[in-house]
Amino acid sequence: MSVVALPSRVAAAWRLRRRRALLVLWPALALSLLLALVLGSVELQAQAMAFSIARAFSGLHDDTLAGIVLGLRLPRALVAAAVGGMLALSGALLQSLLRNPLADPYVLGVSGGASCAATSAIALGLGATAIALSSAAGALVALLLLLAIARRSLLGRGLEEGEGGGSSVLLGGVMIGSLCFAALGVGLALAPDGALRPIVFWLLGDLGGSTRLDTASAALLCWLALYLVARADARAIDLLQRGELEAFAKGVNTRAVQRRQVAVSAVATGIAVSLAGAIGFVGFVAPHLVRHRLGSDPRVVLPVATLLGACLVVLADTAARTVAPPLELPVGAVTALLGAPVFLWQLQRR
Amino acid sequence: MECRGLTLRRGGRTLVEGLSLLVLPGERWAVLGPNGAGKTSLLLALAGARAPEGGEVLLRGRKAAQCSAGELADARALLADRWVDPFSATVAEVVASARYRFGDEALAAERVQAALHSLDCEALAGRDVRSLSRGERQRVAIAAALVQQAPILLLDEPVSHQDPRHQALVLRRLAGASATIVAALHDINAALLLATHALLLTGEGAWTAGPAGEVLLPDALARLFGTAFSDVTVGGRRLLFADPAQPPA
Repeated sequence: MSVVALPSRVAAAWRLRRRRALLVLWPALALSLLLALVLGSVELQAQAMAFSIARAFSGLHDDTLAGIVLGLRLPRALVAAAVGGMLALSGALLQSLLRNPLADPYVLGVSGGASCAATSAIALGLGATAIALSSAAGALVALLLLLAIARRSLLGRGLEEGEGGGSSVLLGGVMIGSLCFAALGVGLALAPDGALRPIVFWLLGDLGGSTRLDTASAALLCWLALYLVARADARAIDLLQRGELEAFAKGVNTRAVQRRQVAVSAVATGIAVSLAGAIGFVGFVAPHLVRHRLGSDPRVVLPVATLLGACLVVLADTAARTVAPPLELPVGAVTALLGAPVFLWQLQRR
Repeated sequence: MECRGLTLRRGGRTLVEGLSLLVLPGERWAVLGPNGAGKTSLLLALAGARAPEGGEVLLRGRKAAQCSAGELADARALLADRWVDPFSATVAEVVASARYRFGDEALAAERVQAALHSLDCEALAGRDVRSLSRGERQRVAIAAALVQQAPILLLDEPVSHQDPRHQALVLRRLAGASATIVAALHDINAALLLATHALLLTGEGAWTAGPAGEVLLPDALARLFGTAFSDVTVGGRRLLFADPAQPPA
């Protein structure tokens, strides 16, 4: 092996790794979506379903099969993908910005903040867009609180290294999350109709309410837009995750990049939570697994983790629907059952 | 690079008071002083990473405080005295990422390879940075500073973790680079090898600056460190060593 060739091979290797990973993940996502459409309390044959969709698109709307597929499962699957993608994106960014491989929007209370804000918006009778915006604002507040705990300010040029990598941030985040979810629980229990389902939705996630194709398209667009903003800063994030001073010394406008990516993370979490409640551990597991296998270059981690997160939530939601029919488990329960052991295992390894 | 009336304070203590220094292109400055004297703070202030409590820093005629991070990176490279690697990454990736200001990858690979080779790190190119010893990681960080291709190098303890062979290698490489250098050093003899000029910081505000031959003298160092120094010439090379057995001058 030529020594001269090595660094250029290694330096360009990220493209190769990314391409190979995406060649696996795009089909995986397609397959997950297909499974989500086919499986359920009403079993569908893929072929019959394809005919049904074709008929529906050509104007014949009175087909019940199409109704199930298009009306229920397709929007739900697409929203699941968007939610998983946004949570994984948020988690990947949080891990890089906090320099902590265990960061996750749910564990760190960002989802909790979003849930609180969203339920307040609903209680005030605001519209869907306002709910999504409040959710994002709640996520942002929780995240700023978290950064204050990590003693890293986004104001000024102070480059004192905070303790983002330590367990104090995790602990602080857990406290923020607990506080938010407790407030949420109390608020919902005291609400006029005192229904249990909303509590389950906000605390454990539920994709059952996602039945509209236009919401699904909006969600997918948001996912794409947020991904593009994150991806634009990928090289800067690569430097930032090895230290703010290092990044600044190499020419990164650390304050601007951090502000931008904190906003992306908060908005992604906020929108995901407003659509599907607080789904945990996807934001941790997806980027973590990708880093474990493919290294920490954000140009690889961001696209691969976001697709992996989408697959995970689609599959988890399908499992939640089909494990005990006709009961529907909260999707967050499924992701927690899978994600929490991984989290604990990684915590113990550090 | 220039400082005018630079004052640095930390935790109520004044480290440096009214430092005015002109660093001309090609000069190599060694910054010496006891622990806590403010060498790191000074380097951070010169790098534009820390706002001084008084005075200003000018890089290529422009005030550092008014330059963007990118403009600063074009003018100077900074070597910090510690590294945080929370995630795995290969050495080649880490050094290549230092070329943030440049877009091209083909040229980057060449420069990365050249820098790693000149610091005896070529064999480490594919290794995970988290698996390196501190000395190896330090040389990787120096390589990253070199690929930035900035005319000014600000180095915080560039040889503190190096074995004797690598210490000589790094110092020779730095002396051979046509860059302007300001390096904080603990090793007086490393300073004698590398530096054309020296700055002594007492840590109580006072400072002395000038050509190395005039500043790096046993009496001055004895006053600075509170330990007697002796000098000796071996094989044409002048060496200074601390002699704690003798009472300070």
